[in-house]
Amino acid sequence: MQVYLDNNATTMVDPEVLEAILPFFTGRYGNPSSIHSFGGSVGSEIQKARERVAGFLGADHDYEIVFTGTGTESDNLAISGTIAYYTNKKHIITSRVEHPAVVALCNKLERDGYRITHVPVDRNGTLDLEYLMDSVDDDTAIVSIMYANNETGVIFPVEKIGAFLRERGVPFHVDAVQAAGKVPIDVNRINCDLLSISGHKFHAPKGVGVLYVRRGTRIRPILYGGHQEKGRRPGTENVPGIVGIGKAAEMAAAHLSRPGEMKKMASMRDRLEKTVLGMFKNSMLNGSAENRVPNTTNIGFEFIEGEAILLYLDQAGVSASSGSACSSGSLEPSHVLRAMGVPFTSAHGSIRFSLSRFTTGEEIDYVISVIPGIVNRLLEISPYWDSAKQEPAPVNLQAKT
Amino acid sequence: MWNYTDKVKELYTNPRNVGSISDADVVVEVGSIVCGDALKLYLKIDANDVITDAKFETFGCGSAIASSSALTEMIKGRTVEEARKITNRDIADFLGGLPEEKMHCSVMGNEALDKAIAKWRGEDISHSEDTDGEIICHCFGVTDKLIRKVISENKLKTVEDVTNYTKAGGACGSCIPRIEDIISDELKKFAESADRPAEKKPLTNIKRLQLVEDTIANVIRPELQKDGGNIDLVDIDGKKVYVALRGSCANCRLSDLTLKNFVEDKLREFVEDDMLVFEAGRD
Repeated sequence: MQVYLDNNATTMVDPEVLEAILPFFTGRYGNPSSIHSFGGSVGSEIQKARERVAGFLGADHDYEIVFTGTGTESDNLAISGTIAYYTNKKHIITSRVEHPAVVALCNKLERDGYRITHVPVDRNGTLDLEYLMDSVDDDTAIVSIMYANNETGVIFPVEKIGAFLRERGVPFHVDAVQAAGKVPIDVNRINCDLLSISGHKFHAPKGVGVLYVRRGTRIRPILYGGHQEKGRRPGTENVPGIVGIGKAAEMAAAHLSRPGEMKKMASMRDRLEKTVLGMFKNSMLNGSAENRVPNTTNIGFEFIEGEAILLYLDQAGVSASSGSACSSGSLEPSHVLRAMGVPFTSAHGSIRFSLSRFTTGEEIDYVISVIPGIVNRLLEISPYWDSAKQEPAPVNLQAKT
Repeated sequence: MWNYTDKVKELYTNPRNVGSISDADVVVEVGSIVCGDALKLYLKIDANDVITDAKFETFGCGSAIASSSALTEMIKGRTVEEARKITNRDIADFLGGLPEEKMHCSVMGNEALDKAIAKWRGEDISHSEDTDGEIICHCFGVTDKLIRKVISENKLKTVEDVTNYTKAGGACGSCIPRIEDIISDELKKFAESADRPAEKKPLTNIKRLQLVEDTIANVIRPELQKDGGNIDLVDIDGKKVYVALRGSCANCRLSDLTLKNFVEDKLREFVEDDMLVFEAGRD
C-alpha cells in the first residue's frame, strides 16, 4: 500500500483542477497580453482566477491579488518590496520558526545592515505575543509572521497581531502558505496588509503563488519588466498555473465550509497520533495539541533517528518527513524544534505526518500497523535502548564537549 | 532524498552484526545522542590477535547504520594489525560510495575502530583519537587531531569537505576560520613532504648494487626501450654509477640530458638521493 502523508511538502493536483488547466496547454495557449481574441480570451480566465482567489482570502477587491511563481517569491516580494519603499526604516520583526523563505531573506538583510527581531516561541511552539508587541518601534518597516507552522502545524495569533499593528500603522505580512486550505483565511479579520499563499499546498500545481496586497499598501517590485500584475510582478503569466490556483482556491473554500470535513481530517490525524503515542514510551508530541491546523502532527521518538525512520517508512510505502538533521543535509535538527526547546534526544527522531482531504481511514490504519515494526527494529539497533527490558539502556554517551 | 547506493540500502535495511557481545574483549562508544549519531562497537579478539566477532549498536541515519554494518563485516576474521590500516575511505568504498554530506558516517566507524584497538592494547583511551588534541568545533566536539587525520587521509581541501567528513563547522560555524588555518597548515605539510621524500638509511654496497640493478631493469630500461634505446650497467663505485647507452640513445645528441635528467633522477628517487651517473669511458 502506498500512503502519502507529506502534504505539507506538496499535495496532489485535484483531478478537477487538472481538468480545468489542461486546455491552456493545448488549444488555449495564447498570451493574455495579446490584442487578438485568441490571446485576449485567456485574459478573462486570469481575471476569473483572480476573483476566485480574492473570494478564498476574503479580499475586498480582485486587484489586491498578485500572482507570483511560488510561496517563496510571495514572501520575498512582500518583505523586500515593503522595505524598498520605506527606505528610512531599518527594523524587521519576524519569528524564530519561520520558513526558510523568510529566515534566509532576513539573514541577508541583517548582513545588509537591518536590525532583525526574532520573536521566540514556547515549548508548545506558541508565539510570544507580548515580546512581539514590545519590539515594535518607529523604525519598524514590516512585521512578517507565519499563520501556521509547517513543521508542527501550530497556529499563530495573527488576528491579535494584525489589530495591534493596524493601530500602530506598521505593515503586516502573513506567510499563510501552510494555512491555506486547512483553516479559513480572512484578510480583513487578520487586518494584514500582505499575505502569501502557494498553490501546490492545496491541490493546485507547483509553480504558482499569490501575494495579497491590500489596497493602498506601498510596495516596490523586485522584478522589472512588463505591465503584468500592474507592474507589481512583471513577466508573462503562468496561465495554466493561475487557472489552477483559481480552481483550487474555489474548491478549498467549498471544502472548508462543508460541515464536519475538517473535523474528520483532524480526527484521523488524532487517531494516528494518539495510537502511536500510546504505543511507545519513548515518543512525544512536538507542538501544541489544541491550537493547530487539522492535518499535521509532529511526533518525536527518543533514542532513534528520523532519517532512518523515514527510510524504513518509505520501504513500507509510507511517505512522511522529518526535522532531523540527517534528512535535511544540515547537521543540526530543525530550527523550529530547537526554537521550541525540544531536547536533542527527540528532535533528531522527529517525524511529521501531514494529511490531505484525500487521506482515508484505511491509509491511517495501514500506517498505524507498520510503525511498531519500524520503531522496534530501530530501537533494537540503538545503543540507547535496552530492547530486552524495554527501557533506556544504561549507556552514557555524552557530547564530547 | 539522498542518492544512496544499493549496498547502503541493503545494509540499512538488513544490517549485519547488530547487537552486543556479552563476553566482548573490548567495547567502545563514539558520538553522542546530541550530535545525532552514535556507535557502540563490540569486538571479540582471540590469542592470535584475530578479530573473531564484531557487533554494533547505532543511533543514526541510514548511512550511519550501513557504515557500522560495513565496518563489522570488514574487520571480522582480520588481525588487529590488518584492521588498524582500515580508513574511513575504505568503509565508504566498501559501501560503493557515500554522499559527500554523509562521509562523516564512515569517519564515525573508523573512529570507533581506532578507539577499540587502542583500548584493547591498553592505551589510555581518554587520550585516543577522538578526545586527544584541542577541541576546534565545540558544537560537535571535534578535535584538531581528528580534523588533521581526515584531511590527510582523504586529501581534503575545503572547509565544506571537512564539515562533510567530521561535521566540524556545520552548526554555528564559529570555528570555520580555525578549520581554514588547519587546512592550509596540512596542505603546507603535504607540499613539504612531497618535496622531500622520507629519509632513507645509508645503504650497504651490496644493497645499493641490487637497487641500482632493479631500478635500471624495471624503471629506466623499459622507458628507454619505448624510444628504441637501451642501457647497460657497466660499473658501480660507491654512489657513482657507470652506464653505457645503447641503441638509438647511443647516437642521440641529447644523451647527456637523458643521463642526467632521467637516469640520475630515477636512481635518486629509487636508490639514494645523492647518486651520480656517468657514461662509461667518458669519466
